[in-house]
Amino acid sequence: MIPELGNMALALAVCIAVAQSVLPLWGSFVGSRQLMRLGYPLALAMFVFVSIAMVCLAHAFLTDDFSVAIVAAGSNSLLPTVYKFSALWGGHEGSMLLWIWILALWTLAVALFSSELPLDVLARVLSVMAMIAVGFLLFSLLTSNPFARLLPVFPAEGKDLNPLLQDPGLVIHPPMLYIGYVGFSVAFAFAIAALIGGRMDVTWARWSRPWTNLAWGFLTMGIMLGSWWAYYELGWGGWWFWDPVENASFMPWLAGTALIHSLAVTEKRGLFKSWTLLLAIFAFSLSLLGTFLVRSGVLTSVHAFATDPSRGIFILIFLGLVVGGSLTLYAFRAPSVKSSIGFHWLSRETFLLINNAIFLAATLTVLVGTLFPLIMDSLGQGKYSVGAPYFNAVFVPLMALLVPFMGIGPTARWKKDRAQRWKLLLVPVAAALLMGLLFPLLYSEVYHPLVAVAVILALWLVFSLLTDIKEKTGNAANLWAGLSRRTPSYYGMVLAHLGFAVTLLGVCLSSHYSIERDVKMMPGESYQLAKLNFNFNGTRRVNGPNFVADEGEFEISEGGSSYILLPQKRRYKSQMGSVMTEAAISSGIFRHVYVALGEPLEDGAWAVRLYYKPFVSWIWYGAVFMAAGALMTVFDRRYRKLKA
Amino acid sequence: MKIMSRLKLFIPLICFLILAVFLYRGLELDPQELPSAMVDRSLPEFSLPQLSVQTIDISRADVVGSASLFNVWATWCIACRVEHPYLHKLKQLGVIIYGINYKDNKADALQWLEQRGDPYRLTIADVEGSLGLDLGVYGAPETYLVDSLGVIRYRHVGIVDERVWTSILQPQYQQLLDAESESLEEDTKL
Repeated sequence: MIPELGNMALALAVCIAVAQSVLPLWGSFVGSRQLMRLGYPLALAMFVFVSIAMVCLAHAFLTDDFSVAIVAAGSNSLLPTVYKFSALWGGHEGSMLLWIWILALWTLAVALFSSELPLDVLARVLSVMAMIAVGFLLFSLLTSNPFARLLPVFPAEGKDLNPLLQDPGLVIHPPMLYIGYVGFSVAFAFAIAALIGGRMDVTWARWSRPWTNLAWGFLTMGIMLGSWWAYYELGWGGWWFWDPVENASFMPWLAGTALIHSLAVTEKRGLFKSWTLLLAIFAFSLSLLGTFLVRSGVLTSVHAFATDPSRGIFILIFLGLVVGGSLTLYAFRAPSVKSSIGFHWLSRETFLLINNAIFLAATLTVLVGTLFPLIMDSLGQGKYSVGAPYFNAVFVPLMALLVPFMGIGPTARWKKDRAQRWKLLLVPVAAALLMGLLFPLLYSEVYHPLVAVAVILALWLVFSLLTDIKEKTGNAANLWAGLSRRTPSYYGMVLAHLGFAVTLLGVCLSSHYSIERDVKMMPGESYQLAKLNFNFNGTRRVNGPNFVADEGEFEISEGGSSYILLPQKRRYKSQMGSVMTEAAISSGIFRHVYVALGEPLEDGAWAVRLYYKPFVSWIWYGAVFMAAGALMTVFDRRYRKLKA
Repeated sequence: MKIMSRLKLFIPLICFLILAVFLYRGLELDPQELPSAMVDRSLPEFSLPQLSVQTIDISRADVVGSASLFNVWATWCIACRVEHPYLHKLKQLGVIIYGINYKDNKADALQWLEQRGDPYRLTIADVEGSLGLDLGVYGAPETYLVDSLGVIRYRHVGIVDERVWTSILQPQYQQLLDAESESLEEDTKL
């Protein structure tokens, strides 16, 4: 009964979304305040009904209702409760419902927190968001209904959630990622509303900035959690594979990064208007494209657990309507007249333009690499696979090119700057060069020039930010007075840029200084790896809720201290004995020690993977800084005085 | 001038439309399915060293004789790690699997087999990828089903797991076995 209730709630949500996409928009054309005011109650109603559907589906999962197809396919009565809940978005149908629910949440949030917005703008924004909701609701109901039943004969036990997904990281990774993905729909809706209304002054940029930053922050967190999960759960210590599914989430991030910088120029200086509109469309289109790639089975990927071409047709048509429609609107309505305001080539505008160029190039790099196999195949040119070598070869130099400008950009002045002023950056340059060149020498016996380059770049970024803070607070009576005068936006920028430096260091240092050994170990044997001593005390049988495991005990002595790591080799009962490697990691700020059990060999010996990975956690710390920085900007008071 | 700059704004739309055509065509293509030029053709002739005993060269005649699987693998192939445990299961079921170690480092490959176990009857070391070229290997892992006469009957691209085995490979493999035993019976009758 309850699943039918959920189904009904979804069907009602479609009706509400249709009304929402027509009435307020219509009202904005005919000038009916009544119709425009419908935006908020309809957003609320929509959120309520989608939430009812979510609750109904959660109920089915938590009560092991195996008559519901996706519960039977993706859950099991032995599954721990928290995973029963997260199994809701472990499969395709459930994750689409989560997508819709998050869209409803964003729509409601926009309706709630935009009381300062002119009514017609808000009405249009809400209508555009509802149109997207209509598409996804129909997609869900017509091609992938989460409430489909297996009646009259249904299994007594579920097939269980894929063991790879039974992990705390996977409980929060998809919601975070989707909040980010879907959040770009807000910037998109603002851009479309501006194009429809023909009001492309700077106000729309200011309105959409906090929303875009928020979405970008969540997307950063989502990608970071995914990478962290791959690192410890897939069991081979990599943290990024340039897999099509990873790329699908990375492309909107790259385009989104360009967008938040371009929005800054549009808001502050009224420049790049058309360009920013295009980026807003572009970022959300890439989110949709990502959904298409992941859900249609067009590309093969280790992440693609279930795919179906009929869904692909639906998403492609939807993609065509949304992207094609908005780009057509853009082509006809975007301001084509060159802006009369100019800027000198030495100015902050120039540096933000460079940012945009580099991030656009990076987005296209990833887009081409991801779609190249598909395009060659369509042209009958045979099958290709594009792997990490291509992406690294193009992506790494692009990012290296970015950093020098990233150091100058925040210090540069709008409109026109004088190069003499940048003398104050000489000290950071010199300090970064010196320390960067020395670092590889002091850190290890082998001198890696690339490490020196990375450290120079990261330190340059850090030092130039510090110089900038000093410069901008220099005139105040005391340091505190100077610091408190800067806005949250400014500190958010500083934090996010610092985060970039931290991630850069993490990526470079961990890839150059990691030591990885696959060894055969007998119980009682020990192995020396760098300054670490691994002592293998043997394995024992451990019983989990829905698996049995061999658990190895490793005693690791490092310097004076020692600790125990317990990696597991799990066999899941419900999955016909499918085996999962559960690595054990001792994580510290400066290094990870990583032990994973491989295969059991004869005489009680085991194949064991021992990794020593310095600075690897910095990759994710940096991402957390970036996300925190983006969230911080939302609290800027400037955005609350929205009256244009 | 005005018209020109207006036309420029159509560029994104045109790019997207071109992309959409490719995406549409992509829907009709199955990424798992590959041009199977080699299917129903004879396994190519080759002479390559055995992985474990480098001094012994293996040729086509050494590996042809009964229905078997030829599994293309490499230590650099991440998906192969996922596939490997299932190959052990197939070995336990009595399936004959030959390994083709494709464009790999011999020492790494031997270490891999030592650590993960060796499900292969024997492994051909195709360091240069010449056999792979003859077979038209697209990437690792790939698995070929070869009958007792050395004719390639099916080619699977990607991981062989429970699903692939039971739904695709196993039925065909069983057919080959049945055909084999029939012909054996006929032989004994004669």
